[in-house]
Amino acid sequence: MTAVPLGIPRRLVEVSLDGRPVRVPEGATLLDACRAAGKDVPTLCQGDTLRPKNACRVCVVEVEGSRTLVPACSRRAEPGMEVRTDGERVRHSRRLVLELLASSVDLSTTPGAAGWIEEYGARPDRFGPDAARVTEEPRVDNELYVRDYAKCILCYKCVDACGEQWQNTFAISVCGRGFDARIAVEHDAPLPESACVYCGNCVEVCPTGALAFRSEFDMRAAGTWDETAQTVTTTVCAYCGVGCNLTLHVQDNEIVKVTSPHDNPVTHGNLCIKGRFGYQHVQNRD
Amino acid sequence: MDLRFGDSKPTDEERDAVDALLGPPESSWEGGGDRAGDLRWARGGREARERRDLLLPGLHAINDRIGWISEGALAYLCRRLTVPPAEAYGVATFYSLFAVRPRPTTVLHVCTDLACLTAGSAGHGRAGEPAGTGHGGTDGPGHATHDGTDGPGHATHDGTDGPGNTAHHGTHGPGDTAHHGAHGPGHTPPHPVAPGRELRGGEELCVALRDRLGPGSGVDVRPSPCLGLCERAPAVLAVRAGDPVRTAVAAPAGVDAAVLAATSPGAAPEEPPAARAVPQAGQDSLVLLRRVGVVDPASLDDYRAHGGYAALRRAFALGPAGVIREVTESGLVGRGGAAFPTGRKWQATAARPERPHHLVCNADESEPGTFKDRVLMEGDPYALIEAMTIAGYAVGAHHGWLYLRGEYPRALRRLEHALTQARARGFLGDDVLGQGYAFDIEIRRGAGAYICGEETALFNSIEGRRGEPRAKPPFPVEQGLFGRPTAANNVETLVNVLSVLTMGAQRYAAIGTGRSTGPKLFCVSGSVARPGVYELPFGATLGELLALAGVRDGLRAVLLGGAAGGFVRPDELDLPLTFEGTREAGTTLGSGVVMAFDDRVPLPRLLLRVAAFFREESCGQCVPCRVGTVRQEEALRRLADRAGGASAEGDITLLREVGRAMRDASICGLGQTAWNAVESALDRLGVYA
Repeated sequence: MTAVPLGIPRRLVEVSLDGRPVRVPEGATLLDACRAAGKDVPTLCQGDTLRPKNACRVCVVEVEGSRTLVPACSRRAEPGMEVRTDGERVRHSRRLVLELLASSVDLSTTPGAAGWIEEYGARPDRFGPDAARVTEEPRVDNELYVRDYAKCILCYKCVDACGEQWQNTFAISVCGRGFDARIAVEHDAPLPESACVYCGNCVEVCPTGALAFRSEFDMRAAGTWDETAQTVTTTVCAYCGVGCNLTLHVQDNEIVKVTSPHDNPVTHGNLCIKGRFGYQHVQNRD
Repeated sequence: MDLRFGDSKPTDEERDAVDALLGPPESSWEGGGDRAGDLRWARGGREARERRDLLLPGLHAINDRIGWISEGALAYLCRRLTVPPAEAYGVATFYSLFAVRPRPTTVLHVCTDLACLTAGSAGHGRAGEPAGTGHGGTDGPGHATHDGTDGPGHATHDGTDGPGNTAHHGTHGPGDTAHHGAHGPGHTPPHPVAPGRELRGGEELCVALRDRLGPGSGVDVRPSPCLGLCERAPAVLAVRAGDPVRTAVAAPAGVDAAVLAATSPGAAPEEPPAARAVPQAGQDSLVLLRRVGVVDPASLDDYRAHGGYAALRRAFALGPAGVIREVTESGLVGRGGAAFPTGRKWQATAARPERPHHLVCNADESEPGTFKDRVLMEGDPYALIEAMTIAGYAVGAHHGWLYLRGEYPRALRRLEHALTQARARGFLGDDVLGQGYAFDIEIRRGAGAYICGEETALFNSIEGRRGEPRAKPPFPVEQGLFGRPTAANNVETLVNVLSVLTMGAQRYAAIGTGRSTGPKLFCVSGSVARPGVYELPFGATLGELLALAGVRDGLRAVLLGGAAGGFVRPDELDLPLTFEGTREAGTTLGSGVVMAFDDRVPLPRLLLRVAAFFREESCGQCVPCRVGTVRQEEALRRLADRAGGASAEGDITLLREVGRAMRDASICGLGQTAWNAVESALDRLGVYA
């Protein structure tokens, strides 16, 4: 047995990226090809542990012969594909997607967003002061994590992680339709009245900070959250014999957040309520 | 799955509604009887979960009986089907016909879409016009008495439309439209909404109806997207929950007719026969519509006496490969809007090794301005059943799914009756016509979502999921309904197959032009004297069609293809109505909508309605469409409200940029076409220039 899963050997397919040939294993996506070639493609709804949902459309690229742009995150590379990743048409759609998102939700805690907005010259304020926004108060209905849907871009990752792709709890779903669509439990009840088991695997995959540890939410509100002052330590969970890796985020000698490495073959980033949130005893100094 | 269903309990009525669909629960695992005893064993797993596709029928059952879906009812349905309540809630809130909050038992859907919007405003001030809606309440009692005198069966119809009642429908010829037209604003309004006030479109009809009904009326008046009754605009559909659910259509609807439909749907006059929507009915030249208005839509014998089931016999003689060859050679392409070659689709499905194959008929006709499929289904339902049987035979499917628009109650009744007859007579079932081929058809009702006309969204809807489109590839012929190879065809496309087989591919292909073969149905509405479904061979010009329908003076613009289509100018009437002709002219034929607008219709208002339609109907899955449709509407509103002299340039640039991103980067056709009509209004009509 090896520590790194080797998988079945795969044939390589060659595609042309911006005129240069790139070879990727059969079944790889155009995003894989772009990254293999060192091209920076913005992504939001794409998750390294989840099947592509291709909902955000910020990763679109141009494929010769295709009427519309295609999402790099889900379109598989096919031999002979001619892909353009940085043309005017691609940049236009990416810029608009960023403008549409940033004008409708709060991207202030979305890693990468500010950089992409600058890179693509997006001006979210161009839609005017009356442009409709998602106005939701943060939902603080339990001690462990907070749902701030004013930051939600509806990437579906939390729903997929809670459902059949990982946790199989099915506590949340997308409800409503169109601009009014939201993530919610049944009847939009508070979390403690739902099927939620507080594994926090939705928090792990959330790309925007709409889902956040209560500790992070409170510290941000108090202005004390400071990622530059945090250390990150990966260890093994001590609760049971499964051997999940925990990554402890520590600020001022306090654990403020727990994640798990996405490439860990045991967890793939997932934990249970104990590993994710059961760390208080470590810092109980009384 | 370890699911949590909560503590909410269904009422007896809710439980009864669900059990009437699913049968009584077998154990407490499904929400039934002996809990202690049943806990000694477990029922679940794949078998329990594989009934997920009954979620949408289950939601309909509750909504039809109670009028809305309570927590207890939803929990019980979820328990019965082993569906997570959060997901079921997500599905229930996706569809506009469902409510998850208490509401009155009667819902009055008032069409606020393009044809009805202009029927209200354009009809004003023109004496003697058939719309009869120029003034509030003017059609009043006239509408009811008119229908009552129309034939012996009409007055007694109670909304259940039994087979016997429909027998007389065949007697109505095209002349009836003129008779209908006799009712103009001449009647004295018994309850004028407000003296001197004109009704302008469905939204104002909504206001007038709320005024008239008053608070606590037990009627929920709701604006609705196009109800597919454009030839009788403006239209309302009343749905009263109960056992059985009752529906009534009033069109053309004034306040009185709409109030009557809503307050006593059982007593409201029966709709005029489907043939009334076919001004050409009875003409020898018709191919697709030849039986509409000629046969009794309830009678299988009548259908057979008029050439029915000849095509199926020919199909059995040809064999599946022969049918596909014939359809391919006929040049038939899809009539739902995408114009994909039907033969290629069938061949690709038939060739897949995975089993089972599925056949889906897309009868979710929701494109504003489209009503041809409704007329076909109401006027000649057996034709669709025969055509689906042929299609199923060709692609190797034994199960056909008919996804019918939720707002088409009469088509539902007619088709259900026809299916029962066809089964009883061996035209469906384990051994169709004694040929050893098993095929049956299941109707699934949509629940108010334009997006479910997109084929992959339709699959998700049937499967009991939110009607969100899937990414393509994989294409439906590879992984469609339930992940299996699926041929999905529009109603009109399927009905064409009958003619392909009875005429032969060569003769069929001789109709129309080289690249657009066969006859085509056009849904003509708006500013014309004789709105309705017209059948013309491909290649007729827009002007010829409009002349046939009696276009009125002062034509300002024609919308082709519905909200997802585009406007053309009155000087483009020589445009050939073919797929290639419209494409070359930079517009689209779409599903065959031809909506005429005269110069009294304010274009900004039309554009706002189109934008609002897409904003309301966007599923919300992808960003360009979810937010782009909102930004498009905002910009159009600013343009419409702009004070004189203010520059439109900034907002037009914004519209173009948002539109381009929607077209390029949206997942499905809804987002990709959401800016077509607005763009064509800017570029071809010069609005805001």
